[in-house]
Amino acid sequence: MDIVNEILEKEQKKAEKYKPITVEKHLELELDIGTLLASDTNDLDTKALQANKDDYLQALTRDNTQLLLNKIWELPTERVDEAIVVRLPEPKTVLPRAKPCPKPKALTKWQEFAKAKGITKKKKDKVQWDEQLQKWVPLYGFKKAAAEKEKNWLIEVPQNLDPMTDMFEKKASEKSEKVAKNELQRLKNIARARKVKIPRVGLPVTSDKASATQLDTAATVAKASTASLGKFQDKLPKEKEARGKGIHELIPGKERKRKLPIPTPQQERENNLNMLDNILNKRPKIDMDKAVAKHINDEQVHRSEEKKNTKPMKGKRNFKTKPKGNNPTNFSAKKPKAGKGQRNPGKKAGGRKRR
Amino acid sequence: MGIIQRVKKPTTRKGKKVLQSKEPKPIEGPKQSLFIQGRNPSELTRKLLKDIYDLKKPDAAYLSRKNDFVPFEDATLIEKLCYKKEAALFGVGSHSKKRPHNIILGRTFDYGILDMIELGADKYKAMSEFHNMKVMAGLKPCLIFNGPTWDLNQDLKRLKSLFTDFFSREKVDCIRLQGLEHVISFTATAENIIYFRSYRIQLKKSGQRIPRIELEEIGPSIDFKLRRARLGSDDLFKEACRVPREIRPITKKNISRDAFGSKMGRIHMGKQDIQRLQTRKMKGLKKTPEEKKQMLLKRKKERLAARQAQTAAAE
Repeated sequence: MDIVNEILEKEQKKAEKYKPITVEKHLELELDIGTLLASDTNDLDTKALQANKDDYLQALTRDNTQLLLNKIWELPTERVDEAIVVRLPEPKTVLPRAKPCPKPKALTKWQEFAKAKGITKKKKDKVQWDEQLQKWVPLYGFKKAAAEKEKNWLIEVPQNLDPMTDMFEKKASEKSEKVAKNELQRLKNIARARKVKIPRVGLPVTSDKASATQLDTAATVAKASTASLGKFQDKLPKEKEARGKGIHELIPGKERKRKLPIPTPQQERENNLNMLDNILNKRPKIDMDKAVAKHINDEQVHRSEEKKNTKPMKGKRNFKTKPKGNNPTNFSAKKPKAGKGQRNPGKKAGGRKRR
Repeated sequence: MGIIQRVKKPTTRKGKKVLQSKEPKPIEGPKQSLFIQGRNPSELTRKLLKDIYDLKKPDAAYLSRKNDFVPFEDATLIEKLCYKKEAALFGVGSHSKKRPHNIILGRTFDYGILDMIELGADKYKAMSEFHNMKVMAGLKPCLIFNGPTWDLNQDLKRLKSLFTDFFSREKVDCIRLQGLEHVISFTATAENIIYFRSYRIQLKKSGQRIPRIELEEIGPSIDFKLRRARLGSDDLFKEACRVPREIRPITKKNISRDAFGSKMGRIHMGKQDIQRLQTRKMKGLKKTPEEKKQMLLKRKKERLAARQAQTAAAE
């Protein structure tokens, strides 16, 4: 027994040598170990705070830190590069983000189409073997233009063209048109993604030849837009009006109206009766603003005429005809005098208190 | 103020990369903060902001020029600067007779002001006035909020979130135990006074595995008085706190765990076909060859009809 007591005593002495790591709290702390945050909702000791602020705050913080670190030390540890680390749980406090959540990018028209058809992008090599030049030529970008120049140092003019056409110029203009079309499509895609309404582009831009339907459409639209007061340009022999989807929308004032089906006798009777009822039950519309304005104007005119006709009274007034004192529409020429009215001590005068 | 989608394409590759880096990401890094001087900043506010800047250092910028503006009246300058510096937190210092030693702390969401809280620094002792060893820069500090008022007052509730946002730095998975060196304590009294104190942790022997904690004040020590506050609406705050779909934990359906920790699963069975159920075989119920033939024919017809219907639907 002696040995046991001895050991116990030794342990106690050892424990006394060190300060305790436990802290007593009335209410438990709310800990968020993920963010290393502790909030103590216990009431503050106001007396101690006033008497010795800094010491009290330090002691309070020490206790709370001890509690927080006790919880952290209890977590399972790992060894990473000769340092003991603790895996922290997910933070509980939700903090606002700096920027909104990313939204999925809207698909372009082509991407939508490709997705619907199951078309996948094929990876192309950046360089291709050119048989004519006998070397690798980049598909685009750096040194592509130089290779093109080397390859097409001479372009033949086709037989169906005017022999004086500059084929290089033609090629350049074709390319610039392609670039412009691409840019237009990009802008259209952006507009669609933002759900902005864009005006219809009337006719497709073509470099070489327009198709017969395109020419037809152009002629029809031009006729509509050059018409004056219902007078249209004369028709050419064999000319046909363009028909098809989307053409009517291009021509102002020419929207297709769907014909209603022929009504049955019963329906027709009902429709006519309804119309008759509508006409008979019509009431004159009253414009309230206008009516009020007119009424006020009439009153004013009437009053001014009365004023002109009746001479201002002198001396005593005829009390019988005088309206009662509190009438707000008492427009008399005389200035009101103090002390004549009835006093009402209960009534408060508005406005600033004057002293 | 956020950019939805630029119409103009960036001209250079570098410009494109810069724009890409500014796009919203599902997991954001630490918020950058910005410290600005307002109209007539006093020596105290300038020093104070510098101290907070020192505490926040790797992800902070300190602009020392004076700016003639009042954040509570017109915050466009802050929004502009925050956009330029890609910052989401800001601190402005100013001084006037009406509001002496004024510190405005706030944060932005989508380059627009979310919260803005004005604090008056009553008493201030700078970090340099404490002559002792400081903590390493960039450490994740422990945050201690003392007092019941933090949860009672709406302004203080938001201020607590703001302080946490300001000082808690990045979210980390694991932390070195020896690296827990710094504590910042915020104590709020009922009179809306906030005591800001910062300490260095000393780990002492306790005879056990868990060490005994002792604190040493390293500064800054500030007594703040709560002044005006402009808090973002709850809708905006909720929108800002939204967790993107990429990070949201995916809950697996039909799996649960009971009190003993064993995994339970729920299985959904299709409707049972009783017609095809194998029952006891008997000689009397056996099909004659003719019946069998008819059944096969019938099945074939059904299959054909189904195929036709399928092709019709595809077209």
